[in-house]
Amino acid sequence: MGDYYVPAKYLLSKIVNADILVAPFITAKTIELGSKYSPDFVCTPFKYTLGTMIEALDNGANILIQFGGGCRYGYYSELQEQILKDLGYKFELLNLITNGKANVKRIYKMIKRIDKKFNVLKGLYYLFITIKMVKYMDKIDDYIRRNIGFEITKNSFSNLKQEMLNKFSLVNNSISLYIMYRKYFKKFKKIKINKPKDCLKVGIIGELYTLMEPFSNYYLEKELAQYNIELKRFTNVTYLLVNYKKINKKALKKSKQYMKYQFSADASSNVYWTKYLCDKKYDGIIHIKSSFCTPEIGVMPLLDKIANENNVPMIHFSFDANTSEVGIKTRLEAFYDMIEMRRK
Amino acid sequence: MKIGLPKGLYYYYCQKWLYFFKELNVEVISYDTTKEIIELGNAIANSEMCLSMKMFLGHISYLQDKCDYILIPNLQYDYKNQMCSNFNCLYDLVNNFFKVNILTFDNEKEIKNYLKIGKELKFKTKQIKKAYKIATIKYNKELKKIKLENMSKLNSINKKILLVGHSYNIRDKYLSEVINLFKKYNIEIIYSDLFNDDYYFYLSKELYWKYSKVNVSSVIYCKEQVDGIVFFTTFPCGLDSLVNELVMRKIDKPYLNLVIDDLDSLAGMETRIESFVDILEQN
Repeated sequence: MGDYYVPAKYLLSKIVNADILVAPFITAKTIELGSKYSPDFVCTPFKYTLGTMIEALDNGANILIQFGGGCRYGYYSELQEQILKDLGYKFELLNLITNGKANVKRIYKMIKRIDKKFNVLKGLYYLFITIKMVKYMDKIDDYIRRNIGFEITKNSFSNLKQEMLNKFSLVNNSISLYIMYRKYFKKFKKIKINKPKDCLKVGIIGELYTLMEPFSNYYLEKELAQYNIELKRFTNVTYLLVNYKKINKKALKKSKQYMKYQFSADASSNVYWTKYLCDKKYDGIIHIKSSFCTPEIGVMPLLDKIANENNVPMIHFSFDANTSEVGIKTRLEAFYDMIEMRRK
Repeated sequence: MKIGLPKGLYYYYCQKWLYFFKELNVEVISYDTTKEIIELGNAIANSEMCLSMKMFLGHISYLQDKCDYILIPNLQYDYKNQMCSNFNCLYDLVNNFFKVNILTFDNEKEIKNYLKIGKELKFKTKQIKKAYKIATIKYNKELKKIKLENMSKLNSINKKILLVGHSYNIRDKYLSEVINLFKKYNIEIIYSDLFNDDYYFYLSKELYWKYSKVNVSSVIYCKEQVDGIVFFTTFPCGLDSLVNELVMRKIDKPYLNLVIDDLDSLAGMETRIESFVDILEQN
């Protein structure tokens, strides 16, 4: 998922002594493979992950890791295992999160089998560093999103970020990670930008996977960076790992007038964020989801209602394996023109 | 006083409430699904919602000015017995888009829900408790009878099929026009939603949807005795897209997968059912 392969690879390479294959970036071929063997109306992340799994198996992996989640996502692993077995692959698929809780025993057994010298304390220490790393990455991403639309020399942000990620994967302890983070944050702040005070502000909300995997939303954020817009995105790995429960509780409290019960997956946080963005007077909201994502479909009328009441324009993008990229570009352009006109 | 109970989604899981309201002399109104109701639902619903959800919204908009209250529970059980995520947003959707009085409860303890709703309708505690007791007895008796009847079909000498689907699809009057096509072939139909959820573990270890568990264990239970299995789904059902696919890959019986989007023409369905019956008779 995006740049998060860096901390994941860092964690695994530090605690176990095995060859780690970083899954190749998702390409059109991955999707084709995935949708060929998937059921008809399953949500798109299923197709992407299945495609990636097939590619990884072809490259020689024999242990696959899958996580479970709130909605349909929790049931992916069992069906994917069956589909891959029917295709004739020999492997082991480990689902690390069952019934909403991390399966500690299973994780421990798995690591012990890969590397017999595994040390629990060492593992926990590097887990701590990895979570810190993800937090820092998310903070820097947040800064980049706010300013990338106004950079003077092109690609200066993305180049520096790549450099930072390379440096991050070499650190050994939490203090040097912190120093590295401060150093690069200063560097990011030094990049020259041409940002007017009353720039257009747009918030991005939606379903987790499609938001975070750049290929599945056809590099929407990259596309948006070409316009002079300040972006705000709430969903990141920190939200998923640390803040998920807190935000869901807060959502119920803060948007009482719209919802009484908690919705599954990210739906209730999306209601809260929509309200937040409206209250902060953002110029537009972009809602992204994969097609057939049930929790999001259920609340979409609600999101529309909140946006209408506060007079904030909202656009929905539904991504499937065969959405055309040009269509998205055109709709995005029209949306940008519209919010710019409203300003005047 | 009139209470509306839309015949969609949770209606078939809330049968006990019908006995309860009957005991308290409260009139309950609900209508069978018609084409008109589906069209009403289509006008309100998001285009990507499943047909069952559209039907539900249609029922609400048909009922809204015909009754004083509408009963919309928020059915939520523990983590291992989840409902489809659509069930969680029913209350808030109706509350935001219709001007109706809603009676609602969320599952903590059954008796608490009955007391809550009863008090909102201004009945006394004693009355409510008595009505609840009688309703429980009557409901259990009725359920036992239906279950036995369903089971006894397994011993019939005719060809038998197991109909796998959610209660709100296979028991719906409008959708079951498709199922009625089987009747002229003299085939016994066994419903999957009248079984216990004891056996799902043999087929799928991580399954966590309450009513999918029932369906899967019915497949395990009847696998040897029936001649074929029919999967009955509305488009695009989230749970069935995964669970049915897994079941289809693991069983070695002839099966038919019926996915229903619109019931404009039955001719296509008729052909598929006819050829499926042919396969059954050749075996």
